[in-house]
Amino acid sequence: MTDSVASLAAPANATPIARSPGYWSNVVRRLRRDPVALAAGALILALIVMAILAPWISPADPFQASMLKRLRPIGTEGYPLGADELGRDMLSRLMLGARLSLFMGIVPVIAAFVVGSAIGILAGYAGGWTNTLIMRVVDVFYAFPSVLLAIALSGTLGAGIFNAILSLTIVFVPQIVRVAESVTTQVRRSDYVDAARASGAAPLTIVRAHVLSNVLGPIFVYSTSLISVSMILASGLSFLGLGVRPPEPEWGLMLNTLRTAIYTQPWVAALPGVMIFITSMSFNLLSDGLRSAMEVKE
Amino acid sequence: MLSYIFRRVVYALPIMVGVALLCFLLIHLAPGDPLVSILPPDASADLQRQLMQLYGFDRPLVEQFAGWLWRALHGDLGTSIASGRPVAAEVFNAVGNTLRLACLATLLGFVVGAFLGFVGGYYRNSPLDRVASFMSVVGVSVPHYWLGMVLVIVFSTQLMWLPPTGAGPGGSGEWVADWAHFRHMILPAVTMSVIPMGIIARTVRALVAETLSQEFVVGLRARGLTDLGVFLHVVKNCAPTALAVMGLQLGYLLGGSILIETVFSWPGTGFLLNAAIFQRDLPLLQGTILVLALFFVVLNLVVDILQGLFDPRIERN
Repeated sequence: MTDSVASLAAPANATPIARSPGYWSNVVRRLRRDPVALAAGALILALIVMAILAPWISPADPFQASMLKRLRPIGTEGYPLGADELGRDMLSRLMLGARLSLFMGIVPVIAAFVVGSAIGILAGYAGGWTNTLIMRVVDVFYAFPSVLLAIALSGTLGAGIFNAILSLTIVFVPQIVRVAESVTTQVRRSDYVDAARASGAAPLTIVRAHVLSNVLGPIFVYSTSLISVSMILASGLSFLGLGVRPPEPEWGLMLNTLRTAIYTQPWVAALPGVMIFITSMSFNLLSDGLRSAMEVKE
Repeated sequence: MLSYIFRRVVYALPIMVGVALLCFLLIHLAPGDPLVSILPPDASADLQRQLMQLYGFDRPLVEQFAGWLWRALHGDLGTSIASGRPVAAEVFNAVGNTLRLACLATLLGFVVGAFLGFVGGYYRNSPLDRVASFMSVVGVSVPHYWLGMVLVIVFSTQLMWLPPTGAGPGGSGEWVADWAHFRHMILPAVTMSVIPMGIIARTVRALVAETLSQEFVVGLRARGLTDLGVFLHVVKNCAPTALAVMGLQLGYLLGGSILIETVFSWPGTGFLLNAAIFQRDLPLLQGTILVLALFFVVLNLVVDILQGLFDPRIERN
């Protein structure tokens, strides 16, 4: 669009005009000037690298229990962050735990992003009865507070990683559908879509060329803001005993099994929560940075 | 005005039916036999059939739903499989405890959140605003069940100022309005208040900043209003939305209290849900979720109507 305007405006024999920076390079430029978002992004990257490399870089075997070394305080010789209720090295378990915690926090949002955008864009673009039908069903799911819905679903489905991820996906889909539907409806009513339709473009072409390129950004930004909630909820499900099962390390589950230790080794017991807190906060700050860099209005 | 209220109610009715249907279907989503928790593994097929008949699990789904909804409308949510007591009585007892906690937490979160929001909105991009914004990000990012544990560690096991668990001395669940019982509410309510605090702070900050940027504020100043006078106008403009957000937060807390109640052994709906899930007591699970979800729908409706009454800018069509 800007290109064609620029070339129309430029006289035929003028020196070529420098190409105006595109939307994405603007976004990157704005993100670079946002130290908070950059720091949050770097922290998330470090956590992901730590999670991937955990089996090779962790100082001890995270499954090696020792009845003699149960509940050692932080800073014990050989146990830099202490030992848990079965005498396993906390540092190694926190490192390996990042795998499942991050996985269970991020996967439901990705799945809900794909499913929710598809349904929401369909509802927004189709309008009419299709829209009413989809949005009324969404309203029913929306009528449940998200924690209640997640726990109700995974509670009835039973404990397990897959069931927890499925429940969280079901919780997030209606929220993303709502955002996708409202953004798509706005775009559908815009003049350039009318113009495309008047010029004879097929519905699929319009969706691909005009709708998708304009709605995916806001939906994406909204979805990133859900990752922090998802991390807290996923670990919360494991904390209740509805997610990951022992002996797999996962931050929420570790918090649960260490709960009884708050009278003997309180600060060791609180460690897994620090990890959840740091991760969820980094995702929140990164999402805030993305929102302002991509100029998405709330 | 009456027609506005009527429309909102008519709009909410199908959602309530949908919520009831979803709660009903939950039981049938559950793998395994709904009676698994009371039937001994060696129960005869005859006994199993008798019990299925007693609880009505042998009839067609539509008939079961209609019957269940009809009884629920009359205040009968069935019988708890684990305890044999009526579900409605157990749920309403627990709702009282959770509501008490959630109200205190919402109030606390609203006061602190609104203060942070006003500070942030009035002194935008100042160091004060950064501190307020940071607090609100912490509020929405902190895993509240962990915060509860940390507060217990600090105030119960280390300082020994406040009791770590329970709703009253000696583990009693009965509410008495005295200091001994109130002491038990402090830690769970503070923990719970962190979530609405963050959200209300963010909302109020945006509202205040937007209101201050409007021309009527310049007009008020030009008319010679004091800072306090302008402030009161800003409050008046922000109040309806902020109160609406607070109302919805109360609903979220009521439905989402399970994690906090588990940490503090608070005898509310979350505790009941937890017990229902792990004893596979499906009627109790169904009844508790239904009551909480319906409460949320009704709360939404009330907030909508009140907002329409107080804020003439809201479109009534």
